[in-house]
Amino acid sequence: MTIADAAPGGTKGGIARDALKRAVERSQRRQAVTMLVLMAPSILFVAALFVLPIALFLFRSVDNGEIRHLLPQTVAAVPDWTAGELPGEPVYAALVEDLRTLKDTPGVGLLGRRLNYAVPGFRGLVTKTVRNLPATEVPSKKDALIAIDGKWAEPAILAVLRQQSGRLTDFYLLTALDLERTPADQLQRVSGEQAIFLDLYGRTLLISLGVTLLCLVIGFPVAAVMAAASPAVANLLLILVLVPFWTSLLVRSTAWVILLQNEGLVNKSLMALGLVDHPLPLVFNRTGVMVAMVHVLLPYMILPLYSVMKGISINHLRAAASLGASPPRVFRTVYLPLTMPGVAAGCTLVFILSVGFYVTPALVGGPRDQMIGYFIAYFTNSAVNWGLASALGALLLLLVALSYLVLGRLVGFDRLRVR
Amino acid sequence: MPARGHATGFERAARVALRVFAGLVLLYLVLPVFVVVPLSFTAGQLLVFPLPGWSLQWYRDFFTNPLWTGALLNSLSIGLIAMTLATTLGTLAALGLHGSRSRWKPLIFGLLITPLAVPVVIVAVAIFYYFASLALVGTYLGLVLAHTVLALPFVVVTVSATLQGFDPNLARAAASLGAAPTRAFWTVTLPIIAPGIVSGALFAFVCSFDEIVVALFLASPQQRTLPRQIFSGVSENISPTITAAAVVLLVVSVSLMATMELLRRRGERFRKQVATA
Repeated sequence: MTIADAAPGGTKGGIARDALKRAVERSQRRQAVTMLVLMAPSILFVAALFVLPIALFLFRSVDNGEIRHLLPQTVAAVPDWTAGELPGEPVYAALVEDLRTLKDTPGVGLLGRRLNYAVPGFRGLVTKTVRNLPATEVPSKKDALIAIDGKWAEPAILAVLRQQSGRLTDFYLLTALDLERTPADQLQRVSGEQAIFLDLYGRTLLISLGVTLLCLVIGFPVAAVMAAASPAVANLLLILVLVPFWTSLLVRSTAWVILLQNEGLVNKSLMALGLVDHPLPLVFNRTGVMVAMVHVLLPYMILPLYSVMKGISINHLRAAASLGASPPRVFRTVYLPLTMPGVAAGCTLVFILSVGFYVTPALVGGPRDQMIGYFIAYFTNSAVNWGLASALGALLLLLVALSYLVLGRLVGFDRLRVR
Repeated sequence: MPARGHATGFERAARVALRVFAGLVLLYLVLPVFVVVPLSFTAGQLLVFPLPGWSLQWYRDFFTNPLWTGALLNSLSIGLIAMTLATTLGTLAALGLHGSRSRWKPLIFGLLITPLAVPVVIVAVAIFYYFASLALVGTYLGLVLAHTVLALPFVVVTVSATLQGFDPNLARAAASLGAAPTRAFWTVTLPIIAPGIVSGALFAFVCSFDEIVVALFLASPQQRTLPRQIFSGVSENISPTITAAAVVLLVVSVSLMATMELLRRRGERFRKQVATA
């Protein structure tokens, strides 16, 4: 509403109201600006150091700038090249020119590494070719390259150059889904040792669901006991839940390595009790991962359950019992439905947190127990395939975001807070 | 569990069983946290029970070995700087959010707490790539900034929660008595919300002090923090000095978090008293 709308003609009262209105608006505007100034540093900080890095990270999973940068002439010559066939002389000539420019620069290594992601062995081919580049005046660059290495006559190898010539690439995302493109641009499942990622998602989901279910089964009775206890006892029990919650994840994972190892307390006790003869393999395998992850995440299940159960009036239960319901029936038809918001919130929290786990499986698990997070770290640090690391990260983020949207809508976002 | 009028023997047994089960689960929760404490005092070389004897040798190693003292110093200084930054930024933002009537408010709040919702490993890797292009990997500044991003949401959430319980009439009363907005803030608002700010600051410090994933990616050996030093120790071979380091980490985080919980409970009691008065 503007001031003109509000001012009824030129009466004296109207002018006074006008002035007051203007003063109020000015003060409100000043208030809004002050608040914005207070929020601005944090907003800029999070935008610059969180939103932007995440956006760039996600973009990296489709970014193909490297090849366009290293092989500009080849990329320019690609459009005339039909899928599934060997390219004509212009592409070979452009390739030779690009390689000549790259010779004796770090670009050779970068190109070799990038192409090696797609076709193992490409690195060697690039190095060998750069070392033996044909003279400028050779009539056919195609024949010259094929003379250097017969691989330059294989459509399957050259197809990579054509498929990876765009500004954006689906290569990393496809790899992260165990898919590849044939020379004729058909999608196909990769086979054998390369097909590791679908297995990885299955394992991540299996571990996360298992941890969530175990946390629920173990945490529910504990929360119920806490909710039914007298305030003093409940407070004490709450502290017992909070202490591990406050303790560093690292300390707890370390403790489990120490406890579960062959000479650890658990195996020693089992042997002293005569339950087993040999130490059980409890750590660096799935058992260790489940035990430690449930330990780390259990408070995230108990706390929301407890806060919901505390709010359930005992009168509902008494009413059901007085109407003749047996205790199991009271539990099933009255108590359990009333705890559902807590169950849903706890399961959501535990599931979402466990999907992104990295440190605990890395310390307590074996090679077959690592989750998506581990491979993101692996492709960042050890294998240096940042595109693939980003593609895995994008898929993990998608999984987390979907869980939030689906479960968060189901539960209500307000409940997804522990304390 | 719900109390019932006439408990049969079976029901009573079930209730006892339930309590025993809950007790065992709580033991499972608490024992592993404290198992490192006795082990850190072992006189032996191996982390096994029963202890061959008591000794402070591993603490001596921890407090004299430059590898560990350096890590402790790094963790403390990075934690304190990240805490100061996060507390300043977060408190200002919480005040702004509280006073703002913008319809973007939920969105801004959401933005400021998203670092909590994204798996840490993604945050760490994303910041690593970003900082690699800015030459901030392996610098103190880089680690401090990354820890501040992770700690900021805790401050925003904690201080916002405290401000929810703040009676705006108090600030209005100050204004009506002639206090300028800044004066009203410093003499009325700030002292009342101070416990919330302190809680947020403690949370922020612990968040940085315990943080491992970002440190793994961003820290060079020069900036190795205590958690990072423990991590590399655990993945190589576990020397008992690690348990001494873990106890230090444990004592610091549990005592700070307990302080925070006390502040929170005090605040709740205080608010209840005000509400009933």
